[in-house]
Amino acid sequence: MKRVFMKGCEAIAEAAIRSGCRFFAGYPITPQNEIPEYLARRMPEVGGNFVQGESEVASVNMVYGAAQTGTRAMTSSSSCGISLKSEGISFMASARIPMVYVNVSRGGPGIGSIQPSQQDYFQATKASGNGGFRMMVFAPATVQEAVDMTYAAFDYAQRDRNPVLILTDGVVGTMMEPVVLPPMRSEEEVRKLKEAHHKWAFVGHREDEERALILPGGWSGQEERCIRNAELYESWEKDIQVEEYLIEDAQVVITAFGISGRVSKSAVNLMRKEGYKVGLIRPKTVSPFPYDSFERLDYSRVKAILDVEMSIPAQLVYDVKLGVKDRALIATCLRSGGELITREAVIQAAKALF
Amino acid sequence: MEKVYKRTFGIRDDMVSGFCPGCMHGTIFKLIGEVIEELGIRERVANVQGVGCCGLAMEYVTYDVTTSPHGRACAVATGVKRANPETIVFTYQGDGDLASIGLAESMSAANRGENITVIFVNNGIYGMTGGQLAPTTLLGMKATTAPRGRDAKEHGYPMHMCEILNTLTAPVYLERTSCNNPKNVRRTKAAIKKAFQNQIDGKGFSLVEVVTSCPTNWGMDPLGALDFLEGKMLKEYPLGVIRDK
Repeated sequence: MKRVFMKGCEAIAEAAIRSGCRFFAGYPITPQNEIPEYLARRMPEVGGNFVQGESEVASVNMVYGAAQTGTRAMTSSSSCGISLKSEGISFMASARIPMVYVNVSRGGPGIGSIQPSQQDYFQATKASGNGGFRMMVFAPATVQEAVDMTYAAFDYAQRDRNPVLILTDGVVGTMMEPVVLPPMRSEEEVRKLKEAHHKWAFVGHREDEERALILPGGWSGQEERCIRNAELYESWEKDIQVEEYLIEDAQVVITAFGISGRVSKSAVNLMRKEGYKVGLIRPKTVSPFPYDSFERLDYSRVKAILDVEMSIPAQLVYDVKLGVKDRALIATCLRSGGELITREAVIQAAKALF
Repeated sequence: MEKVYKRTFGIRDDMVSGFCPGCMHGTIFKLIGEVIEELGIRERVANVQGVGCCGLAMEYVTYDVTTSPHGRACAVATGVKRANPETIVFTYQGDGDLASIGLAESMSAANRGENITVIFVNNGIYGMTGGQLAPTTLLGMKATTAPRGRDAKEHGYPMHMCEILNTLTAPVYLERTSCNNPKNVRRTKAAIKKAFQNQIDGKGFSLVEVVTSCPTNWGMDPLGALDFLEGKMLKEYPLGVIRDK
């Protein structure tokens, strides 16, 4: 397999193109500008559309429109920009419109900082807009994972007719790594993927066809819509992805997602060399969450869990608590506001638990 | 016997609209249905609904309808049209939607010259939410959130969207009409038809502003509202072609 050296944001953009994405609208914000910049060049080469919207709000609504035609569509932003997109995302979750969006997250709250952070965990997994909807949320730890998850995200979105979020950060988004790019879908495949949506798509219908009526709400029937959506969310148990690393004999289990998970894995490797029985649970889907990985731990052996995240106060830890259910001590190792977690800090915090 | 007039395909015959007595939305949707039929584009038409009373039409028209978030109709239409250029896309928006919360989306879509058709219904008030101040409310006119009437010092002046859009280079067609009498209903239909034809011809952004009444929220009976429309609204918002290129 041919490997290429690419920056995270550009690799995500290329993976989207290869998965059949033919519409992108976005608005500049650091540290994700390489996604729109790459797609401004690339989209015309594949007959797709790139629009720089007048705002995040307009951009996400352009994607809402494009996706309603059955076209694979994407937007991206960072943290405070993602907040602005929550209007359109909530509408798409309610009307069940497939789309993919990327949060290359930065420090918060507010305008925060432009450096990498993981402070959007609750926003990504619990409340990405009004109304209590859910989405599948992928949290890549490497550029390769970001590519593979973005490529697959469009298929999940199409399968479920629901938004899918790639929750990454300024580290994965801006660093360069060697990646193997997934195969380019042919024009014929992309056309068929679009036509598969024709029945409900907002493109105009013949007299003998049922018209499209896209309703993100209405005068009645919203409860039924919520019930159907909840059934979809329940079905995601089978789609959970998690990396369980050296947990079979571990006495201390570190848990972290995305870039913190990658730093933590490196810490586990160094500690193992020193003889510490430490392991890692790294959720790759943070929604649906791998509670079962914590359920299956042998708590007669596991003394403590170390929650590592780039968020103060901690957020991931609440899902960890739901999985652990008071069966072990849970400690945290945190940075925030754009400060990176270091391997040394993780090792120090983990050793303190032995 | 020869049939000289029939109900437009565009409105379901098994449903009532839900619009108030004296409201002009029903007339405008009838005209849109007739125009779609006359242009032979019914298989390609898709209507992006704004938020407000116009949303009452989504169940009772017969063509494809989507609901946009408040103010975002022109952004949604941009996405639809660019992703599927064969579709004839039109937005239907009130004054609160197009000129207040959606001002950025309306101006920017017009400035990009998006090849879409915009039907802008201006009755100078928020209808669905119950009569609040709109960007188009006349000076002195009362609203539930301007109980002493619109005061220029506090609320600024009524916004003239056609004239504002006319400062941009890209739009191809801007016309202000009304539906206060049969002559103007016919003019409105001709304007709507032109705005759709421009899109079919790939010419670009076309907007028809229809100045209408809102008896319910103006606190008037339908005839009184018609008098107010003719005596006050049309003075502030003069009818005519503002841009045709």
